[in-house]
Amino acid sequence: MNSITPASIVLLLPLFSAFTILLLHRQLKGAAALISIGSSAICAILSMIMLGAKDTPIGEPQHILSFIHISDSLSFDINALIDGQSRGMLFIVTFIGFLVHLYSYGYMKDDEARPRYFGSLSMFMFSMTGIVLADNLVMMFIFWELVGLSSYLLIGHWFQKPSACEAAKKAFLTNRIGDFGFMIGILLLFGLNHGNVEFADLADSFKTGPLHDLKESHSWVITAAALCIFMGAVGKSAQVPLHVWLPDAMEGPTPVSALIHAATMVAAGVYMLVRVSFLIGASEMAGQVIAGIGGLTAIFAALMAVQQNDIKRILAYSTLSQLGYMVMAVGLGAGEAGMFHLYTHAFFKALLFLGSGAVIYACHHEQDIWKMGGLSKQTPATYLTFAIGTAALIGVPFVTSGFWSKEAILGAAYEHCKILFAVGAFTAFLTAFYMTRLFIVAFLGKPRTDSASHASDPPLVMIAPLLVLSIMSLISAIPFVRGRLQAMVPHEHHSDAHWLIVGISITALVAGVALAFKLYKGKDKDPLNIPLFANKFYIDEIYAVIIKYAQDRLAWIVTGLERVFVDGLVARLPAAIACRIGSAARSLQSGHMQGYTFLLGAGIVLAIYVAVFVLPRIGG
Amino acid sequence: MFPPLFYIFAAITLLFGVMVIASRNPVTSALSLAVSFVGLAALFVSLDAYFIGTIQVLVYAGAVMVLFLFIIMLLDIKAAEKLRPNYAAVAAAIILAGVLVIQVATVLTGFEAGRKSTADAALRPQQALAAMGDKALPTIANDLKDGVLPDTKLMGLQLYHKYAFHLQIVGLLLLVGTVGVVVLSKKESSPKGGRE
Amino acid sequence: MITLNHYLFVSGALFSLGLAGVVIRRNILVLYMCLEMMLSAANLALVAFSRFHLVDGLPDYTAQALVFFTITVAAAEVAVGLAIIVAVYRAKNSIDVESVTKMHG
Repeated sequence: MNSITPASIVLLLPLFSAFTILLLHRQLKGAAALISIGSSAICAILSMIMLGAKDTPIGEPQHILSFIHISDSLSFDINALIDGQSRGMLFIVTFIGFLVHLYSYGYMKDDEARPRYFGSLSMFMFSMTGIVLADNLVMMFIFWELVGLSSYLLIGHWFQKPSACEAAKKAFLTNRIGDFGFMIGILLLFGLNHGNVEFADLADSFKTGPLHDLKESHSWVITAAALCIFMGAVGKSAQVPLHVWLPDAMEGPTPVSALIHAATMVAAGVYMLVRVSFLIGASEMAGQVIAGIGGLTAIFAALMAVQQNDIKRILAYSTLSQLGYMVMAVGLGAGEAGMFHLYTHAFFKALLFLGSGAVIYACHHEQDIWKMGGLSKQTPATYLTFAIGTAALIGVPFVTSGFWSKEAILGAAYEHCKILFAVGAFTAFLTAFYMTRLFIVAFLGKPRTDSASHASDPPLVMIAPLLVLSIMSLISAIPFVRGRLQAMVPHEHHSDAHWLIVGISITALVAGVALAFKLYKGKDKDPLNIPLFANKFYIDEIYAVIIKYAQDRLAWIVTGLERVFVDGLVARLPAAIACRIGSAARSLQSGHMQGYTFLLGAGIVLAIYVAVFVLPRIGG
Repeated sequence: MFPPLFYIFAAITLLFGVMVIASRNPVTSALSLAVSFVGLAALFVSLDAYFIGTIQVLVYAGAVMVLFLFIIMLLDIKAAEKLRPNYAAVAAAIILAGVLVIQVATVLTGFEAGRKSTADAALRPQQALAAMGDKALPTIANDLKDGVLPDTKLMGLQLYHKYAFHLQIVGLLLLVGTVGVVVLSKKESSPKGGRE
Repeated sequence: MITLNHYLFVSGALFSLGLAGVVIRRNILVLYMCLEMMLSAANLALVAFSRFHLVDGLPDYTAQALVFFTITVAAAEVAVGLAIIVAVYRAKNSIDVESVTKMHG
């Protein structure tokens, strides 16, 4: 440790907290929560202080720890790169993290494994901070994996439920596939850039270094590296085709879904892409692929969300859709717009998830929206904050932050690729539709079940974060706040098409809301029935078949190889040889004394021959 | 005339040795072996080892071979004569023996130290007497003064002075042997019946 | 000129004769006799060396003492060995060496 800087505390304090809880979890019981909440509060305050600090100089990040040191040319340190991006992201992560900690205190009150939960949460905070502060790809990868691990632990927190275990496995494995591509990308860059994978160095290298030359001569290598690195984002940010884990990850506790699968971890993919935006900028084809996948994810997820009935699933698909927006923006070269949307999305999506958690808590762990209803009267505070969150998500104009960030993305899309603009606009319409559907069915009307009619607002410790987040959802687009957050300020385009874009997005919004009201007001069951959407386009089933087929083939090949090589060559062959030699040697033991005597005599003759006639000649 | 005598007695030893192997009748084998031992004893005497030569005849040819004959009589000869030789073993053994003999001959032709004859290694009784000095027993001293080799007496000197303890042990060994033979020869008087 | 080598050659020839006999003959008793022949051959070699290795003008009686003991022990061994052969005969009712192959592995 070179010096105790705020960055190093923010990074290492949650780790310390996690270890303490890990070692003492039997003794701690309730105190574990306080340790974790305390550490996250300190981290949030420190990151707010850091918002006003100086950037680290280019090429000289803050040194925290020497991690791997194999030789002078092969060493990776844990450093903190503190610039506008990382400061803003760090604030988001720690602030929302603290609010979720607070909320969890109330939500998980009756849970028996609270120490384990809070320990995993601290672990997650540590890992996510590491990704944010990373100054080189290897360090980012290490923390990337750690975040995946924390996600696994948290999704599978209620491991007594088999579905939770399955979901945790699915999340980890799907992430792993993405991480494999990520690793290959890192190795490519490592090799191409002569062993240096720091972001600053890579960016420089594109301007005037080895990568610049490669871009001219063998641009396909750069494209390959960019796409491989994008694989990591596909896995972590749940883009199509690796999106299958996110809806299942809702098996975890709701605060976990809010923190990890809405606000921070899934945004890590987008953050990473922005960090390597120079790479994407260097390769046109990579940018197009990325934008295409982003757009595809956006519309895909929105279609699937239209027919879901579990409140958390709807929000999960909504997250997928919004992540698609962000990735699309990065692919189009408008990384600033993507990051802007990431910040605003973090606030209102966390708000929506925590609100849904409050609803679930109030309805005694009921998650089906068709079994709720009338909550506007029963849980007014939740109703109000959820309304604000929904408004931000669908992009109610001018008042909510979501509107500004979505408009920035749509503007970039209109400029670069009209098809993606159309996709984005249609997705906005769908977003309005399904969120209004959710709102109407869950909150308006009359209670449909007993548990809904006896619902009441959750305690203050859970309401307070909701209030804070709703305020942030409204104000985070205001230039003053935006500037303070050091969010990357999107270029104020204000092109001629600016008002056209605004008009189209407002139209989409109104159309969606109106359609939803018409279809769902006062209904008790869903009038629409589209099995394709409801069954998530059968992608899970297709994957299962492919994996089974691939596994069967692989197992067949491996069995064959094993039978020939391992079993035959290594096990049976030596055994057979030993057996034969043994049988041959056994025939020496004939039991005939005269045979033995003959062999004795022969041995003597041989010995005399060797001793007398051979050895003197050799000189022995 | 000594060399011819050596060759005669050597031939007796070896030829009767061959007869031991070659004859079908075990009694013939035993008697041939006895004659072979007599030839061997003659060779011992030619080496001025009178005591050992006598012992060879007395113990080996006289006692051991007679014992062999007793046992041969005890066991069934008729069955023994019907045994077919194993021709492969015969051939192998002859080759083995031949090779061994050739090897011995080859080694001996190169053995420099063995080229001395009895004339080169002549006995010097006077010198021995002088070397013994006062330690000499009177009987031995007299014989040596006469220029005669008191072989038995010197042998006795060795045995009873240097190897007295070993002698006693060998006596014990003979006792043990006797007891062992008696024990081994006992017929099992089992109450179950006489079948072995 | 009879040299030491002559005696040693006779000893060697007698020994190999004994070895051949042990391998060839199937009668246990004759086999045992050939064994005795081998012992005697060794004795001859010992005595020959004793005569030609002079100590103060006299033969080296250490070797001859060894021969004495060898003969004694051989006699005892023959007695015990024949007793064993008789016991085996009682068990197997045959003096064929092939009849005792229980050590067959």
